[in-house]
Formats: sequence, structure tokens, C-alpha cells
Amino acid sequence: MSWCEFPGWLVGSEVFQNYGCRMFSGLGITFQLVAISVVLGFAIAVGLAITRLYGPRWAQVAVNGYTTFFRGTPLLCQLFLIYYGLGQFRLFWQDVGLWWFFREPFYCAVLAFTINTAAYQTEILRGAIQSIPRGQFEGALSLGLHRWATLRHVIMPQAMILALRPLGNELIVTIKVSAIASLVTLFDLMGATRLAFARSFDLSIYLYAALIYLMMVEVIRRVWDRVELRLTRHMALR
Amino acid sequence: MLDKLALLGFGQGGWGLALLQGAFITISIALATLPFGLALGLIVALGKRSDSAILRWLSTVYTTVFRGVPELLTLYIIYFGIQILLQELWAKLGLPGNFSMPPFVAGMVALGVVLSAFSSEVWVGALNSIQKGQREAASALGLSKAQAFRLVVFPQLIRVALPGLGNNWMVLLKETSLVSVITLPDIMFITTRANVVTKEPFLFFGAAMLIYFAFSLISAWGLGRVEARTNRGFAAFGGATR
Repeated sequence: MSWCEFPGWLVGSEVFQNYGCRMFSGLGITFQLVAISVVLGFAIAVGLAITRLYGPRWAQVAVNGYTTFFRGTPLLCQLFLIYYGLGQFRLFWQDVGLWWFFREPFYCAVLAFTINTAAYQTEILRGAIQSIPRGQFEGALSLGLHRWATLRHVIMPQAMILALRPLGNELIVTIKVSAIASLVTLFDLMGATRLAFARSFDLSIYLYAALIYLMMVEVIRRVWDRVELRLTRHMALR
Repeated sequence: MLDKLALLGFGQGGWGLALLQGAFITISIALATLPFGLALGLIVALGKRSDSAILRWLSTVYTTVFRGVPELLTLYIIYFGIQILLQELWAKLGLPGNFSMPPFVAGMVALGVVLSAFSSEVWVGALNSIQKGQREAASALGLSKAQAFRLVVFPQLIRVALPGLGNNWMVLLKETSLVSVITLPDIMFITTRANVVTKEPFLFFGAAMLIYFAFSLISAWGLGRVEARTNRGFAAFGGATR
């Protein structure tokens, strides 16, 4: 018995044992999907949040439009638009040599999730930067710091601490919504579970999947709380 | 290009009417879920603040579970789970034929349960913001516990909770897209079918995006209006309290 069949054997569930390996490799795909999208999304969001606040007027309007649009439409719809919709222009993608990207459901899911989470993270970071008191900017200015230096050494470190909790929530939300990747034929944890159910008609497999998701979310929530406590240990009020 | 746009119209071979019906289903399920989810959320919130340790524990477990499990999974579990349970009950009662779960009800229950878990957090926050003195004063005036809640606490509660509940509504509106997987003919379901028939996914999913976006914009505008109205007595503090 390989290790991935063990949990199923332990709880005495035949389905969970039979599909354990598929489900755990699905879990791996879920992890990759979430990790790549959240990290890429964060990198994009930092740029967009700064643009939104300090960029030229037209860029501010553009970023605002982007976040409003992608926060105002369902992720499922965005995913279908990218996977099916952009896949429609196969000849064009083949011409520009990008067909390998839009052909793969995994890459499409990463793209959709990244675009989506970047929109949410931009708003989180914007809020965090905006709630830094003005005196911090003025203080930095009076010390002769350049705008970029102010942002990098004075504002961002404080804003990141404020953004920590909502960013943790965003990570958890992304793990949860990653389940819809299974609807574009991707065998993530949800996809593997759907397959197991379709073949066995044993509903308990969904409950085991729910338990795995729940454990994942709870572990992340607790670790994140610890990290936050550690990073804010210099602050008197906590 | 124009002949493609005709696919969205109401003429021969146009999907306009079907899309409208889908939009109607989306709005219906969101509106049907809302009161159910919010009321259940308030009950859970009261459970979290109750004196009984068991109730507190139960409500915490409830919110942890339904906030932690993906909505899609909750939807499947409720759709198939209730179906199987009721089917067994159906057979036990010796009723003829088969019981089949209406997807609308399954979707409503699943989305409502998730909404209640998330909205209970908002309710708890709002309940905490209302000082004990309000309840004490109400009881000093001879109001019963239920009366005090209905006449004194609730009107203040709703004002504080509104921004958070408005957020919950926006999330719910987008989550309704998931019910298409249990064959409820909402916008996503219709556009998916239109895609199968016409092979024009970009056009149809793009149209679906715009419909959802319009709903979101209208909701945001409406919520802003309602919030401004509930805050009208608080203009001195700078208008809307966040």
C-alpha cells in the first residue's frame, strides 16, 4: 500500500482508499495553482496599487476599471472566458506561438486566478497604503528621502503589516475558489473527487474532500495568525 | 462581426430571450437566498454570543466548516446528499416513483448556508457594537427580551451591519454562477449551452461577464443609496460610517 492510500485505509473507506492517490496528486495541483497565482497576483498587485495611488491620471482610471471589473464578475465566468473564449482564436495563438499556453487548462486556470486575485490584492494594498497617516510621508520628506525611498523604506513596511490579515483571507479564498478549476477538466483535488464520485456514486468521498479542504484552510489560518503575531511583536497594543 | 452579434439578439437563432431568462434565474436565486441566509446568519450570530457553551461551540464549528469548505463542494454535498437522503425516505414511506431534488432548492440551501456562515461574522461584529445599556434601558422601560431586540437593538444593528451585509450580497451574486453545475438554467448555464450550439464561446462568455458586471454595478449603486439613507441621522459625523 502506498502512502496515499493510507488515510482511506485508516478511516476504513474503500472509495477514499481507492482514489486516495488521485486525490493527493490533485491536492498537489491545487497547491501549485494557488501558490503560483497568489504570488504572481501579489507581484502584479504591488505595482497596480502604487500606480492606482501615485500614477498618472489615466493609469489610475485604468487600474480602477480593472479592479472594479474583475471584482464585479464571477471567477467561473472569467475562467470560461479565458479557457473556452480565448481558446476559440486558436489560429491566432498558433501564429504568435502562444497556443501551448491557451491549450492547457492548467495555464488558463493560473491566468484566470492570477488576474482575479491581483484585482482583489490591489484593493487590499491600496487600502493599506492609504491608511498610513500622512505624517509618515511628511516625516520622510523632511528627512530628505526620495519618493521611491519613502515608499520602499517607510510606507510599504507599515502598509504590509496592515495588509497581512486581508491578504491571508485572500489566500484562503483563493484555495477555496480553486475548486472551480475542476470545471475546465483540470484534475485538482476537486476534480479528482468528482471523478471518484462519478465512478463510485459514494457521497462520502465529497465529505473526505471537504475535510481535506477544511484542514488546509485551518492550518493556513493558524500559521498566518502566528506569523502576524510574530511580525507585529514590536507594536505595543497587541 | 454583425452577424455574430445577432446571436445575442432576439431574432431567429438569437439567444437574447434565453439570456434574459438566465439573468432572471440568477437574480431570483440570489434574492431567494438572501433573506434565508441572512436570517440564519443572525441566528448563528446570536448562538455565538449565547450564554450556553454548547451553543457557542456549535455555532463556531458551523461557521468554521462552511467558511472553510469550497462553495462548489458544499453545493455538491447538499445537492446529492439531500437527494439521496430524501430518496431513501421516499422509498421507506413506500411512495411511488422517485424523488428528485429541484436544483433551485438545492442551490438556495447551499448558497444560503454559506451566506449564513459569512454573514454571521458581520452580525456578531454589529451586535458587539451595540452597548449593553441599550438592552438594559429597554428592559427598564418594561420591554420584553424579544421586544427589546426587535424595537431597540435591531434598528441600530442593521445600520452598522449594512456595509458588511452589502459585501455578502455582492459575493452571493457572483457565487450564484456555481448553480449552473447542478443544471439550474442561470446565465452561466445558458451561455455554456449557447457555446455548445454556436461555437462562439468568447462572445457568449463575454456577454455573461457584462451581465454580471451590470448586476454588480447596479447593486453597488443601490447599496450606496440604502447606506446613505440608514445613515441620514448621522450626517454630523461625516455621513456614511465607512
